Amino acid sequence: MSRSISPVIPGFGLTLGYTLVYLSLLVLIPLGAMFVHAAQLSWAEFWSIVSAPRVQAALKLSFATAFAAAAINGIIGTLLAWALVRYTFPGRKVIEAMIDLPFALPTAVAGIALTALYAPSGMLGQLAASWGVKIAYTPIGITLALTFVTLPFVVRTLQPVLADIPREVEEAAACLGAKPLQVFRHVLLPAMLPAWLTGFSLAFARGVGEYGSVIFIAGNMPMKTEILPLLIMVKLDQYDYHGATAIGVLMLLVSFILLLLINLLQRQIAKS
Amino acid sequence: MSSITLAAGAASNAKRRGNAIGRRVLIVSAWLVFALFLLLPLLIVVSEALKHGIGTFLASVFEADAVAALQLTLLAVGISVPLNLIFGVAAAWCVSKYSFRGKSILVTLIDLPFSVSPVIAGLIYVLLFGAQGFIGPWLRAHDIQIIFALPGIVLATVFVTVPFVARELIPLMQGQGTQEEEAARLLGANGWQMFWHVTLPNIKWGLIYGVVLCTARAMGEFGAVSVVSGHIRGYTNTLPLHVEILYNEYNHVAAFSVASLLLLLALVILLVKQWSESRLK
Amino acid sequence: MSIRHFAFASLASLFIAGPVAAAQTLLNVSYDPTREFYSEFNVAFNKHWQVQGNEPVTIQQSHGGSGKQARAVIDGLRADVVTLALAGDVDELYKLGKLIPENWQQRLPQSSTPYTSTIVFLVRKGNPHGIKDWDDLVKPDVAVITPNPKTSGGARWNFLAAWAYAKQHYGSDTQAQAFVEKLYKNVPVLDTGARGSTITFVNNQIGDVLLAWENEAFLALKEEGGENFEIVAPSLSILAEPPVAVVDENVDKKGTRKVAEAYLNYLYSDEGQRLAAKHFYRPRNQAIAAEFSTQFPALKLVTVDKDFNGWKTAQPKFFNDGGVFDQIYQAH
Repeated sequence: MSRSISPVIPGFGLTLGYTLVYLSLLVLIPLGAMFVHAAQLSWAEFWSIVSAPRVQAALKLSFATAFAAAAINGIIGTLLAWALVRYTFPGRKVIEAMIDLPFALPTAVAGIALTALYAPSGMLGQLAASWGVKIAYTPIGITLALTFVTLPFVVRTLQPVLADIPREVEEAAACLGAKPLQVFRHVLLPAMLPAWLTGFSLAFARGVGEYGSVIFIAGNMPMKTEILPLLIMVKLDQYDYHGATAIGVLMLLVSFILLLLINLLQRQIAKS
Repeated sequence: MSSITLAAGAASNAKRRGNAIGRRVLIVSAWLVFALFLLLPLLIVVSEALKHGIGTFLASVFEADAVAALQLTLLAVGISVPLNLIFGVAAAWCVSKYSFRGKSILVTLIDLPFSVSPVIAGLIYVLLFGAQGFIGPWLRAHDIQIIFALPGIVLATVFVTVPFVARELIPLMQGQGTQEEEAARLLGANGWQMFWHVTLPNIKWGLIYGVVLCTARAMGEFGAVSVVSGHIRGYTNTLPLHVEILYNEYNHVAAFSVASLLLLLALVILLVKQWSESRLK
Repeated sequence: MSIRHFAFASLASLFIAGPVAAAQTLLNVSYDPTREFYSEFNVAFNKHWQVQGNEPVTIQQSHGGSGKQARAVIDGLRADVVTLALAGDVDELYKLGKLIPENWQQRLPQSSTPYTSTIVFLVRKGNPHGIKDWDDLVKPDVAVITPNPKTSGGARWNFLAAWAYAKQHYGSDTQAQAFVEKLYKNVPVLDTGARGSTITFVNNQIGDVLLAWENEAFLALKEEGGENFEIVAPSLSILAEPPVAVVDENVDKKGTRKVAEAYLNYLYSDEGQRLAAKHFYRPRNQAIAAEFSTQFPALKLVTVDKDFNGWKTAQPKFFNDGGVFDQIYQAH
């Protein structure tokens, strides 16, 4: 089955075997257990669980807020990556280092910090309330928390790509009379898009599953601000193992389909 | 000819002016995002922690349950990170040094835990090892405790951090190719010698970078660990879970004190990451 | 012992809870608002236990939403005793896990509930919305904070108290359902546990009234910023009876039955009852209740057993999937 790139390098069997055994024991068999558990349900039962209005509302909320957060990061992240790659300015190094803070900071800490800031009694929450906007305990708060925890994805995937586009290409295009927008549309966008999509889909996938930072700020109202991972937790705490696994399976399937679509889109772009 | 140069010069001057505005806008917005999104949450954690002075802060951090939680967190990190480190090296090795059928499927499987919600990661271990689960009754009969004890916490942590080291190493090792290893082999090195003296030095910084990311996530994992922890104070509470407990005890200041301890660890991790990254380049 | 042996042994000891453990440990799995009470009770019990000539015992505590905690025990959390928010959750230990006998509630006095509590309103200083009784909670401009009855035991007591009031005042189940539906329309944040709701109301300053355990409400007054709140006792509430039980399966395996039973019995002792009262639980012992009579307002209280035919009827009717709570939420 194997064909080594170079036959003299040893360790194929060992490393592949170890990788497969490790992955199987820790990831695949446990995940499989969930599918086996869900398979005890008939289609009708599965459908009645996942089509319940409360589950549907949580499904929409989780995917919509994760999508919104990924989209916001698509914009903010692009700006940040651009500024960090193209310009030197005071504080650049600090910002560069701190971009990864959301990865390094435990999500529970992010959750209580954001709640302290954006609750109606918090510093920014008061400000927003004076404009009549409620942030914490609404989908806006959830989107905000997800934007925070997924902030680094787009920045980090775009940075190397932007660094690889030589400045001369843009300048040449500009000299040839292209307007900035045209330069962006015809030169930068095609080069950036695949990486941008990767960052977007990573942020999206992480956002859909995120739990720790969201539960503090969400308010957790059924039908309104209850996210899908929390609903799994709630089902589990009601001894409803079938409900929890059915929603888990649903969540994984929808995530995979969306990631697959993004992957296809990426390939389409790479081809053209 | 000179008129062409002049025209080009004028155009590029105009562009530079446009660029200068764009540049300023971008830098200011970078600063704004930084201040609003990253700095402010960080400051609020510290200021809430120090609301009642440094004494309360220290008392909360050195309180027995907090210390026990820190020890448990470090222990869980100490077990799960090396496991994923060895896995990451093995996985990156077979993926980058050989070509075989099903390789892209394998890479997808390695990445799989990234797109699985932490809550599901906890759930699957409950379904497997819980008293009502597939092998729970057997474990109970043999008095082996997996969930609601250290092994369950480690398993959940390992699950969510499986891809980190492998993901850093795969592109790095693919980029480096196999010539150096082949040369070592031709010169008579055995497999381990080749690995220690040729491969490892080449991937050292990428490895550190991956380990750092893995450590950060392992230290902070909340959802998955929360499902399998059992929340026994002083025994199965990790530091992030302890933050939640204190927060739920009206113990606002203590919650933020422990949170700022985690924040400090996060900043240390960022420093190490920055350092390894600069060596990587 | 070689290093390898030692490493193996210590690794093994991580996985296998050996019977050789020197000091006995007792794990009390409880619900949210009892943390402060049991922290103090554990110390008192340990003293009492040692005075009786026993080795000191390490008492571990775990707290969370009542349903969540029962589920963890069913899933294998090795609780020696459970002290949960309502009998319905302890019943599940028998039904799903067969960890205790069916008649568990008859094993200790007072249906295994050594202390009781009730549901009161916590409002902001000066009671700006003039909230006096349940009727005030369904007014359109009042925001009510209560946790999710699906996950929180306290929230189930809240729900049933509101239902009992509506039923007495308006007559039928249909009208009672319409009443609680209106009430839950006024709930802007539905936390998973009683503590979460208190944090939302007290720290994050959301809502005009918190439906709370009486002990939780008193606790909030005692905490920092407590002077900003006051307690309102409604005209009718519910007798909340948080039960306790020894988890037979676990104590027999661990050999801790004796200390576990002594622990629960001590809750009924004078000192246990006084500590409960100190932490704002209503003691069962009438003499000790009298000592604290100024602390607890006299209330008209309904009970689950008399007015709802016990948890075995109330739980499926109101809180299981498709029950009344689901119906009112889906009507939103």
